[in-house]
Amino acid sequence: MTVETNWDEPERIRPLSWRIVVVLLLVVGSLIYAFPFFWMLSTSLKIPQNIYLDPPQWIPNPVAWENYSLIFDVGPVWAWIANSTLITVATVVLRTLSSLVVAYGFARFAFPGSRVLFILLLSSLMLPGHVTIIPRFLMFRDWHWLDTFWPLIAPNFFSTAFAVFLIRQFLMTLPRELDEAAEIDGANTWDILWRLLLPLSKPAIATVAVFTFIDGWNDFFEPFIFLSTPDNLTLAVGIRWFRTQYETQFHLMMAISVVSVLPIIIAFLFTQKYFIRGIALTGLKS
Amino acid sequence: MSDLSENVMVAPRQQRRFLRFAHVRRREWQGLLYVAPWLVGFLIFIAYPFVWSIQLSFMDWKGIGTARYVGLDNYVRMFTDDEAFLYSIRNTVAYTAVHVPGTMFLAFVVALLLNERVRFMPLFRTLFYLPSVTSGVATVVLWVWILHPTGLLNRTLGLIGIQGPNWFGSTTWALPGLIIMSFWNIGTTMLIYLAGLQGVPQQLYDAAEIDGANALQRVRYVTLPMMTPSIFLTLVLGIIGSFQVFTAALVATEGGPGYATLFVLLHIYFNAFRFFRMGYASAIAWVLFLIIMLFTALQFWLASRWVYYEGERAG
Repeated sequence: MTVETNWDEPERIRPLSWRIVVVLLLVVGSLIYAFPFFWMLSTSLKIPQNIYLDPPQWIPNPVAWENYSLIFDVGPVWAWIANSTLITVATVVLRTLSSLVVAYGFARFAFPGSRVLFILLLSSLMLPGHVTIIPRFLMFRDWHWLDTFWPLIAPNFFSTAFAVFLIRQFLMTLPRELDEAAEIDGANTWDILWRLLLPLSKPAIATVAVFTFIDGWNDFFEPFIFLSTPDNLTLAVGIRWFRTQYETQFHLMMAISVVSVLPIIIAFLFTQKYFIRGIALTGLKS
Repeated sequence: MSDLSENVMVAPRQQRRFLRFAHVRRREWQGLLYVAPWLVGFLIFIAYPFVWSIQLSFMDWKGIGTARYVGLDNYVRMFTDDEAFLYSIRNTVAYTAVHVPGTMFLAFVVALLLNERVRFMPLFRTLFYLPSVTSGVATVVLWVWILHPTGLLNRTLGLIGIQGPNWFGSTTWALPGLIIMSFWNIGTTMLIYLAGLQGVPQQLYDAAEIDGANALQRVRYVTLPMMTPSIFLTLVLGIIGSFQVFTAALVATEGGPGYATLFVLLHIYFNAFRFFRMGYASAIAWVLFLIIMLFTALQFWLASRWVYYEGERAG
C-alpha cells in the first residue's frame, strides 16, 4: 500500500489569470513564512548597536561574523552540540534497528496474543508522555540516571510504537512468498530479516530515521526534565538556558538558533521525499 | 535445514504431523522473541510508570520521605483551592479554540494553493513546510524577538499606523502572541491535506464544472466533503497536541505575566519539578489525560455525522 503522490503529474491547464493569482498568493505567502528565517540570520550577523535600529537594518552592516565565535565563549555551546549529536545519533541508530526487529515480529509471525500486543502498541501511541513523566523522573532518580543521557537513550533500545507501526505497515506490503522462497533455500528468520527484508525496506527505514533525527534534535520536554547541569544540556535546552542568562542579547541568541536550526534544514532538504512519503504512509506524525 | 525437509518427505504420517507442529511452535516462540524488546520497554517505560502515576495521584508526596494516601483530596483541591489550575484550564481551552481552527484554516488554504500546477512548486512547498521541521526552542526564541516591543511585528504594524502592544509583557496580549506564533507552524496539517487533495478524483471536479459550479462552489461542494476524513484527522491530532502545549509558553513567557499563559502542562511541570508536589501534579496530569480522551471520544462519536468515507477509500 505505498501511497505514491503524483506531485508532478501534469493536469488540465487553468486560465492564465487564475494561475497568476495562485502564483501571486504563493509568492506572498511563502515570503511571509520564510521571512522569520531571514530575520534570524540577519540579526545573528549584526553588531549589538544595530539590532534595534528603526527602520530595521535588513542587511547587516558591518557583518558581525564574530557573533558566531562569541557564542562559544558565553556558554558551553560546543558541549551542547556534542551532547545533541551524541543523543540524536544514538537515538536514530538504536530506535531504527530495534523497531525494525519488532516490526518484523508483528508483520510476519502469528503467536498467541500477537493481536492483543499490537493493539496495545497502537494504544500506547495515544498515551501522552506527560502522564508518565513524573513516575519516570522518580524512577530515573532512583536509578541515578538523572543528569545523564540514559533516560533519553536507553528507551530506544526497546523500539518505539510509532516507528514499529510505520515499518510494520511497510513490511506488510512485501509479499510473503519472498520469505518462503528464502526459507526453502535454507535461510532462518534472522537471515530473512537482515539479508532479505532490510534491503527491501530501505524507504521505510529512511523515513523512520529522518523523523527520528528531527524529533531527537528538536526534542525539548524530556531533556529539559532529565538534564540539569549546564554542561550536560542538549542544544535545545541550552538555548533556553542561554535565554534565561542573556535575555537581551538577541544577536547571540539568533546565532545559536541558526546553529541549532541549520542541521535540521540541511537534513530536511536532502530527505524531503521520505517526509512526504511518511506522512502519506501513516497520515500522522506525533 | 535441507536435511530436515528431506526427512519430512519420507517420514510417516504421524511423524510428519509432529514435525509440522514443532515448526509452528518454533515460529510462535520466534515471533514472541522478535517483539520482546518492545514488550520489555513497554512494561518498564510505559506500563509501570502509568500504573504508578495513578497511585501517585491519590497521594501526598514530596518525592522524598513518606508518602501519604489522601484519597480524592488532590482532585478536589484543584477545583476548589487552586486558582492557578483554573486559569491554566481557561488558557489551554482559549488557546485550543483559536489555535486549532486557525491552523486548520490556514493549512487548508495553503494546501489548496500548493495543489495547483504552477512553476517552482517544490520550492513553495518547502518554504511553507520548513517552519515545522525547525519547530522547537530556536524558533520560539526567534518569535520572542519578532514579538519584542520594538520587534519586527510592531515595526510592521507601525507602518500602517498601529501602535503594537508589548506582546509577552502584557497579560492581555501574551496569549494572542503565542497563538500568532503557532500559526507559523502549519506544515504537518498542510501535508495531510495535500495528501488528501491528491486523492480527490478529477472526474468529480469535471462533473461539477459541467454543472456550472465556479471555483468556490467546487471547493465547497466537492473538495470539502471529500476532505472530511483528513479534516477529521487533523482536528483530532490538533486538539490532542494543543492541550499539551508547553515548550512555546515555557521558553517565551514561563506562563506569565501573572497567569496569562499558564497552560495545564506548565502547571503540572511547576507543581512537580519546582514545588515537588508529585502527587498533586500526577492528579492534574490525569485530569488533563481524561479531558484529552473525552474530547477524542466525543469527536469519534460526532464523526459519523459529518465525516464522509468513500467506500473502501477511507483515509
